[in-house]
Amino acid sequence: MLRVEALHKSFDDFKAVNGADLHVKKGALVAVIGPNGAGKTTLFNLITGQLQSDSGRVVFNEEEISKLPPHRICKKGIARSFQIANIFPRLTVFKNVQVAVLSQQKMSSRLFYPASRLVVKETDAILESVGLSDKTAYIAGSLSHGDKRVLEIAIALGAEPQLLILDEPTAGMSPEETRTTMALIRHLAQSRGLTFLFCEHDMEVVFTVAQSIMVMRQGETIIQGAPLEVKANEQVQEAYLGGSDA
Amino acid sequence: MFSEILLKKSFWASIAFFLILMFLPSVIPRFYTYILAVIFVTALLAMSLNIVVGQGGLFQFHHAAFYGVGAYTVALILKKTGLPVWAGFIAGPLTAALAGLIIGAFCIRLTNLYFGMLQISLGSLLWAVAFRWYSLTGGDDGLHGIPIPDFIAALNGAYYFILIVLTVCLIVMYLIYKSPFGSTLQAARDNPERCAAVGVNVQRLQLSAIVIATFFAGVAGVLFVVLEHSVFPDLLFWVLSLEVFIMCLLGGWFTFAGPIIGAAITISLRTFAGAYTEYWTMILGIILILLIFFLPEGVMGFIIAKLRGKDIEMAEKEAE
Repeated sequence: MLRVEALHKSFDDFKAVNGADLHVKKGALVAVIGPNGAGKTTLFNLITGQLQSDSGRVVFNEEEISKLPPHRICKKGIARSFQIANIFPRLTVFKNVQVAVLSQQKMSSRLFYPASRLVVKETDAILESVGLSDKTAYIAGSLSHGDKRVLEIAIALGAEPQLLILDEPTAGMSPEETRTTMALIRHLAQSRGLTFLFCEHDMEVVFTVAQSIMVMRQGETIIQGAPLEVKANEQVQEAYLGGSDA
Repeated sequence: MFSEILLKKSFWASIAFFLILMFLPSVIPRFYTYILAVIFVTALLAMSLNIVVGQGGLFQFHHAAFYGVGAYTVALILKKTGLPVWAGFIAGPLTAALAGLIIGAFCIRLTNLYFGMLQISLGSLLWAVAFRWYSLTGGDDGLHGIPIPDFIAALNGAYYFILIVLTVCLIVMYLIYKSPFGSTLQAARDNPERCAAVGVNVQRLQLSAIVIATFFAGVAGVLFVVLEHSVFPDLLFWVLSLEVFIMCLLGGWFTFAGPIIGAAITISLRTFAGAYTEYWTMILGIILILLIFFLPEGVMGFIIAKLRGKDIEMAEKEAE
């Protein structure tokens, strides 16, 4: 469904992404791992159009999307969350998600109809599926960190994506929150048939949840394969997992 | 839908307020009627600015330029052409919106302060035109004795006309505020990057907001001409833009009606404190400093927070 081929991006002399390759099959849970500064977030920003690549291709559903702006890529069916909780802090939880649904339904530019009557059911359904339905009236900025991260996923869901890209979905979460969030992601993958691409620092999470893992180092793809295959790869052990004892 | 509106206290309060304002000119002295009319015109200008500043989060630093464009357009049409009055009244806002579209299209490519700086320069260009083009605009003398139709030429007629136009504009603005467009605009203010990532073309959205806001600024410009029968370059001067920006902050830029209060406070200060000292802006400055420390959400934001707090307290008591 998503194919990244020999992608390059440099900032001045620093090669942030230097030959990244990635395959994501429909319905799969794919993880990207690598040490800090390996270029994971940059790779995601290139896929979703926040950054423009220098060379290489991003192909989604057999269509090249490398040169499109973020809002067009979203309409193609790729939604994302960000590494830092990226929500609309002054709006209510309900509105946060509603804005995404309105955009998906192409209603964002309607001027004279009260928004409070539009896409209420769809928005409530999404909030229910992520477990935020008891907090819809809260101002989003006042939520706990864990809830903000979940709200981010809910906003992304509002765009009705086929592929959901999550940049460290459990960063800064307590072990308890991490478990709930990963359970939520697995639940969403099954119930909605969503495809997930995420990066994550917590190796335990990665190796239990992901079906395919891509390892990056210094902007370069070392390997992509099933968890066991990746674990066995010597280069990966050297570069990342800290020697053969990992 | 309508039954819901009828049940709202704020709806009835607004109606009562409107009726009182309609009734006022027959009991208060002429001077106060005039001041109220000035407040209405300024309030509309501040409200229009708040669409982009409060809801859109854009640094629209030279909003008065569009107010002036609206005022000059209608003044020129009424004074120098034989076109009917209504054509002038419609052309004012439309020209302002067109100026908003052109200037906005340049500015929207930049963000934050850069947006504001570019807008000040382009807006000042318009001011320079009004200031220098003597044969057309009368230069720094402006244009005076603009013929206004009889039924709104006298002060009371102008007052009612301005009040009614203001009311209609406020209703339309409120609908926009509550619409999907308004919600999305506020979302783009809070987090433009996130907003683009859910599929919104943020630049186009913000440019539309600028066009809408400058249209209403043009309406305010027309109302100014109706009230004063004259125009002068100060209408486009950046100092006025700053003053209007302060009105938004003062009243509460994250609330819908805050700028009206901000305009009322500023105009009252200028009129009543200005009668005693020419340094009335110093009082405004002190109020602004106090505001930043004690009411960072503005006067209206403070009132709303208080009311909400009361509602929550009441609900808690009932729950017990």
